[in-house]
Order: sequence, then C-alpha cells, then structure tokens
Amino acid sequence: MSTATQVYEIVLMNLKSIPQRLGASLVIVIGIAGVVGVLVAMLSMSTGLNKTLTATGSPDRAIILRGGSNGELASFLDRSASTLIKQDPAIARHADQLPFASGELIVITEVPRKGQSAGANVSLRGVEPKGFDIRPELKIIEGRKFKPGLRELMVGMGAYKQFDGLQIGSRLKFRGSYWNVVGVFETKDAHDSELWADLDTVQSAFGRTGMSSVVVKLNYAKAFDDLKRRLTSNPQLTVDVKTEQDYFSSQSSGLTTQISFLTNIVAYIMAFGALFGALNTMYSAVSSRTAEIGTLRALGFGNAPVVASVMAEAMALSLLGGILGAGIAYFIFNDYSVSTLGGGFTQVAFNFAVTPSLVLKGLSWALAIGFLGGLAPAVRAARLPVTAALRGG
Amino acid sequence: MRKYLPLIWGALMRKKTRTLFTLLSLAAAFLLIGLLQAVNSVLSGGADFLGANRMITQAKISFTQPLPMRLMPQIESIPGVEFVSHSQFFGGVYQDPKNFFPQFAVNPQRLFDTYPEWAMPEDQKRAFISTQDGAIAGKTLADKFGWKVGDIIPLNSFIWTQRDGSRVWQWRLVGIFEGRDQEWTDRANLMYLNYGQFDEGRSERARGLAGVFVVRVKNPLDSERIAAEIDKKFENSADETKTQSEQEFQLGFLKQLGDIGFIVNAISGAVFFTILILTGYTMSQAVRERIPELAVLKCLGFTDKTVLGLVLAESFLLCFIGALMGMILATLTIGALPAEYPVEADSGVWIFAFFTTIFLAIVVGLPPAWRAMRLKIVDALAGR
Repeated sequence: MSTATQVYEIVLMNLKSIPQRLGASLVIVIGIAGVVGVLVAMLSMSTGLNKTLTATGSPDRAIILRGGSNGELASFLDRSASTLIKQDPAIARHADQLPFASGELIVITEVPRKGQSAGANVSLRGVEPKGFDIRPELKIIEGRKFKPGLRELMVGMGAYKQFDGLQIGSRLKFRGSYWNVVGVFETKDAHDSELWADLDTVQSAFGRTGMSSVVVKLNYAKAFDDLKRRLTSNPQLTVDVKTEQDYFSSQSSGLTTQISFLTNIVAYIMAFGALFGALNTMYSAVSSRTAEIGTLRALGFGNAPVVASVMAEAMALSLLGGILGAGIAYFIFNDYSVSTLGGGFTQVAFNFAVTPSLVLKGLSWALAIGFLGGLAPAVRAARLPVTAALRGG
Repeated sequence: MRKYLPLIWGALMRKKTRTLFTLLSLAAAFLLIGLLQAVNSVLSGGADFLGANRMITQAKISFTQPLPMRLMPQIESIPGVEFVSHSQFFGGVYQDPKNFFPQFAVNPQRLFDTYPEWAMPEDQKRAFISTQDGAIAGKTLADKFGWKVGDIIPLNSFIWTQRDGSRVWQWRLVGIFEGRDQEWTDRANLMYLNYGQFDEGRSERARGLAGVFVVRVKNPLDSERIAAEIDKKFENSADETKTQSEQEFQLGFLKQLGDIGFIVNAISGAVFFTILILTGYTMSQAVRERIPELAVLKCLGFTDKTVLGLVLAESFLLCFIGALMGMILATLTIGALPAEYPVEADSGVWIFAFFTTIFLAIVVGLPPAWRAMRLKIVDALAGR
C-alpha cells in the first residue's frame, strides 16, 4: 500500500472508532467549545460596537468642530462661526435655498439603565430642522418629531431599549424643567443611543449660546477638500473639518482596541487551559490504542500514517468543539444588545455581531489547539517500539 | 487521615504528566476565575454611605456640567459639613495625548482641608496657596516626567480655552505631594492647578463655574442625611445636584462601561463548566486505570468507606493545588496592575474561589469515588 492509502485507511478507521472513546472525546470537544465560545462571544462585542460606530456618517457629509477639540463634547462654535460655515458653496442647498446644514449642540444627561438606579451618561443632541433633511437614514418608528420651541424629546431606538423611562409620554427632568418624550427614531448607527431635541430649546434650557458642531451635506464629489481648504484657511474661524465617517471611526478606535486586548488575554488563558485538557485526552487515547497501534505497525504501516491518524482525531474533535462553541455563542449572543461608554464619554448602544469571519477565527483557534494538543501524543504513538506496543504498552 | 497522605500523593504521581497537565489547566481556569471575580466584586461593590466622610456633589444632569460657585456657601451652611472644596476637570494634555493624566483646578486651601491624605512640606503648601498660576503634582507623576519644583509645565486643554482663544496654559510647579500612606502614594498620579489663574484666564462666559464640590462631613454617620439635605436645597433650580459618597462617584465611572457583570459571569460560567469536564474526565480515567489496585487495597482490609475517602481526597488535593496555583497567579497579576485600576483580590474573591474548588472537587471526585467504593473485589481483580 502506498503511504497515501495507508494514511487514508488508518485515519478513517480511527475516526470511526471515536464513538468507542466517547467520554474522552467529549473532553476535547467541550474544552474547545468553551474556549471558542468565549472568544467568539467577546469578539462579537467589539465587532458589534465597531459596526455601529463605523456605520455612522455618510461619505457625503462633513462635520465641523472647534480646532483642536477631541470630540463634539469638547467643541464649541459660536453662532457667528456657524453662520459663516453654513454659507460655504461646497454645501448643498435645499429647494428653499437654505443650506443643508445643521448646527448641533451636545450636552450630557444622566438616565438610569434598565433595572439600575445609577445613571449612565446619555447624549442629548440639539439639532436644527435641517438635521433631519441631511440624514435620510433617520426613520421615525413611533410618535412624531419634537416641535421647535417646546421642551420635547425624541429618543433613539438603542437608548429606548437600554434605558429606563424613555417611553412616549414619559417625562424627563433636566435642570429643573420637564421634557416630554414624543417620538422614537432609528438610524441604525451611533445616533441611536442619543436623545434629540430642538437646538434653540436645548441652548436656552442649558444656558448655552453656541453649538458643538455643524454637520453639513456636501454638494459635489470633491466638495470635501474645497470645504476643508476654505474653512481651515479662513482667519475668522479656528475649526477642524472631518468627514463624518473619519470622525466617528476615530472616536471608536480606542475602545475597540481595549476590548480586543482584553478578549485576547481571556482567550489565551482559556486556550492554555484547554490545550492541556486536549493533551491529556490525546495521550490517553493513544495509550488505550497502544495494542492496536502495535498491530498496525507490525502489519507494515509506517510512522506517517500513525501520526496522521492521531492528529486527524485531535483535529476532528477540536473542529467539532469549535463549531459547537461558535454555535452556542451565536445563539446566545448574536444581536444581544448592550450599551457602553463610547468615545465622547457618553453611552453607545450596540448589538453583539457574530459574523462569519469571527466564526472562522474561532475555528482556526480550535484547530490550532487541536494541532498542538495532538502533536506530542502522535509522535509518541509513532515512536512506540512494536514489541512493547503489542504487549499493550 | 494523615497516614493516608503518602498513598494519595502516590496516586496523583502515578502518571506525572497527566497530573501536571490537569494542574496546569486548573491553574489557568482559576487564574481567570480569580481575575473575573475581582472585577465583579469591584462592580457590585456596595454603594453605601458607610464610613464615607467625603462626598461629591455634582450637577444632577451630569458631572460634566459644572455647578456654579455660588452654591458653595449654601452647602457650607448645612450643619455637619466640615469643609467644602471645588474641583474642575481641566482636560490638559502634556506634550502627547498618550501621556494622559488628570488635572483638576482647585482652591488650594480648600483642597488641603478636604484631602488631608495628601502630604506635602508646609512651605510648598503655602507656595501653592499664594501662587496664582501655581500647580502641584503627585510624586508618581513628577518622577515619571522628571519635574522639579519651579518648572513651568505647559498643558494643552481640550476643554478650556483662554480668553484669546489659545488652548495652551502654563503652570508653575510649586510643590510635589505624596500620600500619607502607601495606598495614597500609589494614587498620586494627578495634578492640581490653582483655580486663580484658571478662572481669570477663561472666557467671560465660563467664569464662576466651580465644577463639582467635595464635601467633607464631621461624622460619617451623618453623610446620608447631609447628602439628602444638599440635594433638597437645590431641587427644582436650574442647578439641581446629586450628592453621593466619593467611592460611589468613582464606581459610577466604571459602571458607565455597562453590564460587565453579566459578561463576567457568563465567562466564569463557561470556564467553570469546561474545567469541570476536563478534570472530571481525568479523575475518572485515573480511577479506572487503578481498579485492580483498589481491589488489592480492599483485600488488604481497607473498608469501602476508606476507599471512597481516598479517591475523594485525591480529587480534593488535585483541585486545591490547581486552584491555589491559579489564585496566586491571579493575585500577582492584580497586584501588578497600575493603581488606577481599583481591582482587588479581596477576601470575597478567595472565599468564592474556595467554595468553587470544594464544589468542583465533589462533583469531579464523587462519581469515581462511588464507583471505587462499590467495587467487588472478585470482579475487580478479574478485570471485569
């Protein structure tokens, strides 16, 4: 028999005999399912967060902030600056000849998380009427828009799900006055975690005169470069101009790096533990098959097929464990919604996302553990002296 | 029981590689359980007023919203309040954003009154009080950047601009403080700035804003009442307040991170279940291999109960050694964390690990022990 046929026969035989070693095999499967499950679940958290934050912003919109500020919260533009910015010809104009631009003010409010008393920071965004026109992705799910001049709020879908007391009809108290919740909107991005109200009303309620940012819709493809060049070189203004996508992805990078760092630590420790479990199992699988391996060797099977059979068993079981773990992670965590502290020191609500690439990553970890766990026992099996092996080790 | 110890040890050492591997996977599992539970115990830490002699009064709307200075005398007038100070987060960057450390603009005398934990030479204290653009830095921080008293430290604030629109503020380092004990010295990784230059330099619009108030009470038992009284005083005004213990205020930052408790418990559960299966299999394998030996023990007159005890003891020993290794590693890891992370492997974590280990040892050891007890000598010796 050629080596290839030998490998094929012996691997097949070995895989078929796995059910006889069910207990031992289960150890590898469950051990690796645990590692992969935790790895995929935790990574799906940072993937979900990333997905939400990078979905925010469209390439045809730009955001203008005070020069040198690290986010909307720390930015301040006064009314004259905002008026000047809105006149730039790179900004698209509505049918009514008004620019597609919205001056927006961010203030932080505390709203309790569901089932908790401690408040979490939630952004309250004051927007101008054009704020709705420049964001066609915004859909009103329930209720209506706020009326300018009234203390009325709309809540994002994410905030609605995560925090307490944001149903339509409920009232929130900010700075001694009450605000009515009149609508729920959905944008499927970072704005979903916010409360929206009329800019002027927010300014008067919070004693602020300016705004945090101006969001504009661009007129033509290369408009961003023109806008940036004109605004940053204007001596009347000290501003940073960014595309919305750049702005929001820079806000999320720190957080997602931290999450993946922690995920990797936990996963490495778990993988380390599971590796020894796999080693134990494979050593005992080899020792229970000693006589069998001896017989095969006596019949003329070479070293390679023996190694291959042990490795194939270890990898097949690991793969099974990996699939199980990824599957459990998918069923428990996919679309599980949470909120955490995002870039602007306020809450971002997002859903865990178990994507195919994460599942693949989990499976490759499973195979790597299986490979390492099978290697030493396989070599040992191949090195067994035939006579000793025939006597049962 | 003592006399059986060599026998139990011998059983564990029968297959050294297997025992070693099992111990290592147990250690990995308990390292994780220890770390995760330490995080959990911080997050679920009781937010109470017990022993709190310092409280933080912030704007109810959010701590980022500064409270006006005029509230201070009103807070001071509440009976039981000993000292009040104010503190505004400055958000300055020194040289590079990666060098982040917090700075707070404070009134120097009031800072010393409310935080007697910071130790500094008397003349430096006086210099901080009398230098309008003065700043003091914690020892950890000063050592890190090699600052000396007298240095000028430029900070680029991402929040506060000066009247002329510039964001660079220069501060004269007039003192370096330490903690009164090791715990506080570890925390001396921050900088205090004199409110004098800060308030004068800001734009007209922002003047007179204090930030948050730090309230020191005479008797910690009164703190709950005083907190309620402060918040009552400003109810329905434009500057409603929220007063909580300092510890709770700091925990609030961590809690912002979200429902970590759920994630931590889910991981701990997965780790525990995995290790249960791994160790359980090893134990049953170890007993299965030794069936003839156990039969011999019974022939020699060991009772069924003793054999049960022997196997259980083996499981306990294995689990305890592994768990201890993991917990020691976890404690070392937590100890190596920088002082900003208030994670601690306190007695609660150790107690949790202890009971987890006992539970694990029983679940893992009982089935093979039971089997060993029920062994019939004849069958066992015949290998049936």
